[in-house]
Amino acid sequence: MSEPLTLIDKSWFAHEIVRRDDGASLLWVDRHYVHEGSFHAFSQMKESGRGVAEPGLTFGVADHYVPTHGRDQVIANPEIAAMVRNLEANTAESRITLFSLRDPRQGIVHVVGPEQGLTLPGLLIVCGDSHTSTHGAFGAYAFGIGASEVAHVLMTQTLWQRKPKRMRITVDGAATIGVGAKDIALAIIAHVGADGAQGHAIEFGGSTIRALSMEGRMTLCNLSIEAGGRCGMIAPDTTTFAYLKGRPYVPKGDAFDRAVDDWSALVSDPDANFDREVKLDGNIIAPIVTWGTTPDDALPIDARVPDPAREANPVRAKYLRDALDYMAIAPGRKLTEIPIDRVFIGSCTNSRIEDLRAAAAVLAGRVSKVPGLVSPGSSSVKRQAEGEGLDRIFRDAGLEWAESGCSMCVGINGDIVPPGERCASTTNRNFRGRQGPGARTHLMSPAMVAAAAVSGHLADVRPLLAGRKL
Amino acid sequence: MEKFVRLSAKACPLPLPNLNTDQILPACYLKWPRSKGLGSVLFQDLRFDGDGNVKDFPLNQPIWKDAKILLTGRNFGGGSSREAAVYALYDHGFRCVVAPSFGDIFAQNAVKNGLLTAIVSDVDITDMAAAISANPERPVVVDLDSKTIACGNRIYEFEIDPVSHNQLLNGWDDVDLTGSYRDRIAKFSTEHRALRPWVVPARE
Ligand code: SF4
Repeated sequence: MSEPLTLIDKSWFAHEIVRRDDGASLLWVDRHYVHEGSFHAFSQMKESGRGVAEPGLTFGVADHYVPTHGRDQVIANPEIAAMVRNLEANTAESRITLFSLRDPRQGIVHVVGPEQGLTLPGLLIVCGDSHTSTHGAFGAYAFGIGASEVAHVLMTQTLWQRKPKRMRITVDGAATIGVGAKDIALAIIAHVGADGAQGHAIEFGGSTIRALSMEGRMTLCNLSIEAGGRCGMIAPDTTTFAYLKGRPYVPKGDAFDRAVDDWSALVSDPDANFDREVKLDGNIIAPIVTWGTTPDDALPIDARVPDPAREANPVRAKYLRDALDYMAIAPGRKLTEIPIDRVFIGSCTNSRIEDLRAAAAVLAGRVSKVPGLVSPGSSSVKRQAEGEGLDRIFRDAGLEWAESGCSMCVGINGDIVPPGERCASTTNRNFRGRQGPGARTHLMSPAMVAAAAVSGHLADVRPLLAGRKL
Repeated sequence: MEKFVRLSAKACPLPLPNLNTDQILPACYLKWPRSKGLGSVLFQDLRFDGDGNVKDFPLNQPIWKDAKILLTGRNFGGGSSREAAVYALYDHGFRCVVAPSFGDIFAQNAVKNGLLTAIVSDVDITDMAAAISANPERPVVVDLDSKTIACGNRIYEFEIDPVSHNQLLNGWDDVDLTGSYRDRIAKFSTEHRALRPWVVPARE
């Protein structure tokens, strides 16, 4: 009998063209996503006098720099306008399909790929963006790459990589009300550390994970990179197939059935070996927020922030002091006593329809005590949310309902958290200055952001859900 | 790509953990073309406050202006995949970063640009930083073939994955190398599509 294999091994071997003696494998790339930030790669390609090898396998989306207001007008900032124009020119020259600013399919690349059915189980997917791990939710092997590698994929449709180690993260048990994929992900990151999965591909398993919707699975896999993982994946199942069926780029009819047969084999063999195993209890995960400047600075909402004076390790104590200092939080303060200045609901982590519903369930009939911005993950999510009347709930609560894009997740389209302000955010990085110079970010789930909005401070969403239809 | 063989230069200690790529190069500079040079905005928000005043930060000290080696903490270059973070380090003059661990994507971006990422233990970093503080002018010597760093009165061994080691030593260009596998790629692609017809995007 052949050696039992993990899902990670199977996906790898299905794309390995050749392996060199030093361990580098040349991998075939099934899907390649590009965005405005890919301009360095297009320049590198042009400088070398080459062209795009497989334009039919590359898809472009305008997301990082696009304005979230006034879409029907010309982009006021000339530098930002040039970024979008540049993407349009580069993709047009290379005959790459682009979902640009005014395309009804436009949105954040990691929302649009799955939504359009471009992301499928068993594919190897790359993009010049670290959150490409999102697509692993479908059982795709998906990872972020830099500009030189993007250029290499454009020119050859292949990539040199070394096979990562394999890590399995198993979460079992029923998650409690008010606890979602974001809380599970933050609990995992806090457990393994922001660099705990470095050098590893992750497979997520266990009953808590199986019970997640595709939206939830995407949130979880999206955050694999915040634990340092090369990619995160979940074996495809009936939830996956039901989500995919009928989407524009998914095979139809018999071809779909045939694909489902193949995809159903994309599971780890029962006795397959992982280099590292991590297990968490899904029952005891509470709503989680971050307090510091890396995503593993995460604690249950009823906790207090650390006190550096009680930390024995001097290096760690200095880190805690610096982080609390940047965040302007007194040592040992209760998380629920931290007031906020604004909220943001959006980003490739938490901007899908289910995320908006979860936030709206808390906000309905309530008013936010702080200003805030809601940017749906795609133009299509925006239309769907408006069809369900969610936009009205956000507006009535006093929040701004905007167009789709990366927006305040990274702030490069001009949507920033002003210096010194504190934002409760559904995004993925609480790094210093991530949402704008001097901005202070607390990461949490959409429901928890809504709870913070109506409370004016970090707050536990659970009491606010009592008696509500979810 | 330029080969990396041996480097003898000043090493700047920056003993902070988790310096992610947002810190190395803040996102607002990602629009800049490479031709503009990104060295001037390396660690921008750590070096300058909101009003452009100089902060207390090693790279602001004249002694480290010409450092080519950066000695830093765990999890350097985690986060965003922005290769421009590597451009900023390189354009500032750095050719080697020494740390206990690196973000995976950053490390791959580094090697593609001829920037060496050398992995040493936390203890060795502390040790080297002390030796450098005692005598900042004394050059630190990095030898890629033997995977060693001579610093102060000691020789330290470092780790790097064998693929990156090979690529830096030989100065290989990936695209040229891949070109030599053209026939195998073509054969693979045909077989892959026949075996798994669903890999091809269905027409709308
Ligand atoms: S939403 Fe944020 S994390 Fe996601 S792709 Fe855009 S900038 Fe990156």
